[in-house]
Amino acid sequence: MDTEAPQDPRKSGDWISGNGHACRLEGLLNPSSYRFEILEKERLSESVVRMVIRAPLVAASARPGQFLLIRPLEHSERIPLTISHADRAEGAITIIFQEVGATTRELGGLDPGQLVKDLVGPLGTPSDIRRFGTVACVGGGVGIAVMLPVARALKQAGNRVVGIIGARTKDLLILEREMREASEELIVMTDDGSYGAKGLVTDALSRLVERERVDHCYAIGPLPMMHAVCRMTKEKGIPTTVSLDPVMVDGTGMCGGCRVTVGGEAKFTCVDGPEFDGHMVDWDTLRARKSIYREEERLALEARSGKA
Amino acid sequence: MAKRERKPRTPMPEQDPQARARNFEEVALGYTEEMAVEEASRCLACKNKPCVRGCPVNIDIPAFIQLVAERRFKEAAEVVAQANALAAICGRVCPQEEQCEKYCVMAKVNGPVAIGRLERFVADWAREHLPQNGAHPQPAPDAQRVAVVGAGPAGLTCAGDLAAKGYRVCVFEALHELGGVLRYGIPEFRLPRSILDAQIESIRRMGVEFYTNTVVGRTFTIRQLLESGFDAVFIGTGAGAPVFLNIPGEELNGVYAANEFLTRVNLMNAKEFPVEGTPLKRPRRCAVIGAGNTAMDAARTALRLGAEEVTIVYRRSREEMPARAEELHHAEEEGVKFQLLTNPVEFIGDENGWLQRMRCIRMELGEPDESGRRRPHPVPGTEFEMEVDTAIIAVGQTPNPLIRQTTEGLAVEKWGGIVVDERTGATSIPGVFAGGDVATGAATVITAMGAGRRSAIAIDEYLKAKRAAT
Repeated sequence: MDTEAPQDPRKSGDWISGNGHACRLEGLLNPSSYRFEILEKERLSESVVRMVIRAPLVAASARPGQFLLIRPLEHSERIPLTISHADRAEGAITIIFQEVGATTRELGGLDPGQLVKDLVGPLGTPSDIRRFGTVACVGGGVGIAVMLPVARALKQAGNRVVGIIGARTKDLLILEREMREASEELIVMTDDGSYGAKGLVTDALSRLVERERVDHCYAIGPLPMMHAVCRMTKEKGIPTTVSLDPVMVDGTGMCGGCRVTVGGEAKFTCVDGPEFDGHMVDWDTLRARKSIYREEERLALEARSGKA
Repeated sequence: MAKRERKPRTPMPEQDPQARARNFEEVALGYTEEMAVEEASRCLACKNKPCVRGCPVNIDIPAFIQLVAERRFKEAAEVVAQANALAAICGRVCPQEEQCEKYCVMAKVNGPVAIGRLERFVADWAREHLPQNGAHPQPAPDAQRVAVVGAGPAGLTCAGDLAAKGYRVCVFEALHELGGVLRYGIPEFRLPRSILDAQIESIRRMGVEFYTNTVVGRTFTIRQLLESGFDAVFIGTGAGAPVFLNIPGEELNGVYAANEFLTRVNLMNAKEFPVEGTPLKRPRRCAVIGAGNTAMDAARTALRLGAEEVTIVYRRSREEMPARAEELHHAEEEGVKFQLLTNPVEFIGDENGWLQRMRCIRMELGEPDESGRRRPHPVPGTEFEMEVDTAIIAVGQTPNPLIRQTTEGLAVEKWGGIVVDERTGATSIPGVFAGGDVATGAATVITAMGAGRRSAIAIDEYLKAKRAAT
């Protein structure tokens, strides 16, 4: 996927576009390779933002499933975000994130032409893209942004991709067109029935597996959604991969904060993941760990809005 | 002479324990000029210099101490700087009692000469009294290039030494700030940030280029560095992967690896949350498992964050504790408690996954194990529970796996360390050297610096041979 440069990377469905030679000495030693300028910003829904940021070294080596750590401002927390697209020719990466906490709002408040303070990546183990046969790609909420590059890569690897995407309501549904391009078939669900079919993505998935053979399932979205998908696919014997995003600090295996229990063993999401066998994940402990800073997140939001 | 020998070690002024246990200011305040001269006058200037043998970077210790005794501080600083670009750091964090001072002839008389304190004094004196913006020779346009991976003590020393030899040196660091463990691991009350910044700045002024936010092994590989025109690479990525206890309940909220706890506070400044964005659960009743310097740092940091009670839990006895005597002493003075011959067996949480208690068992010591320390055994029927909301695990670290996983042809040990020639740091790949914790396992700042220095010498020889061959 990183050999040929398509004519217009913007139009290409490839996850990685362009050849780029950023890893040559001149790129490594050019201070501008480490200045992370925001090139584009677009609101996909009221709270979901798509951002293109110049980061040639990251773009040159990123693979589907990998993430980066970003620190929008000097005083911000470092947070992990999945790399949605890597444009090698432009030396830029795309991130899609939902403004939920203080840090994502700080990031969302930046505009094209401004710099993010720090950005490091690509991190994590790339997705294991193989030819499975038929793959159900289930994305929920902003998780669709994480699902998209994987779905594209799976399709490119010759799989029959059936996309199932869902959101609470029509206005929160993102990347429908892109997911449609990446899938042979796309099923859209909304909780309130304002668009697509009414119901949960698991409803659509259970109808799909009754209708046809599904060889592998990818589920990326809120924790309860991934858990529900895994409960169902486990019963049906369909191997399922999930992408996890617990609390993280350094992202290189140093702090151990992102540990999750997988198959009874402690794994570090940042280096062993972020993708894991969903049937092996201990969802209860993961849920508890994800809530560790809930109160602090509220305080941080208050502190920021007080400043503004 | 006889009169001189009987003088005791000059004590170093320190912040009052009660006060300092609640602030992050430096604990030890350093010698005044008079104190330094007095302490330096205790040195016997032994001809055979036993102290130098105990110094991993071979500072000419008697020479600089004699200069201090003569109040020639500038020259003393120059002698130290010749061997050690990071003297202000080493004077603060080296385990001197096991190195230079251990071999001091005065040790048997009235306590060894306070070599570490004097090193700190001359480094601090130089920073305060000498211009810090003097011109340094910069690398020639056709200088050979060396990439240094990791800006911790090993990498910084190697980079500084190679720059002094005229090479163009580029340091790549994964985090957004420089210093490695000196920044994320060692708290401000032991190593003020201004000292660290000044030491790094002095290396930058020698022409060393620093690139942060770069994870070698992910952003680009060792192989790509060699293919991109670097003539040699030094790997000093440290031992950053935390070891856990593998006991039930370790996933509970409130159970931290010391690395995470210290990184949140030291690197990300979590003590200023929410003005700073990185949160941390403030410990109330805190147990720190382990008894090395990292354990002491974590315990004393927990106190400073306002914990009511902090207890070091260690499975052996006081004699086996690996921490520096001075750090142990400081922790005790500040009110850290100790549960020795005690080992945790389970963390117990509430229904929401939060740590509530820690079940422990008493230990007794048996025969020595391969580390030479007496092996601890649990005493049946002695289990008890401690009420804790925070547990910090500080029982060691293993080398970060990224480089070994992404560098084809790099020979590694079973335990994950990179295989190196002990004398040179040469790895199984020509032109690639490694040193510090990534090669030796978790050790001290100064042993990592010693490795960086030895590799700098070996890289110089390698590059001279390489240039001669072309």
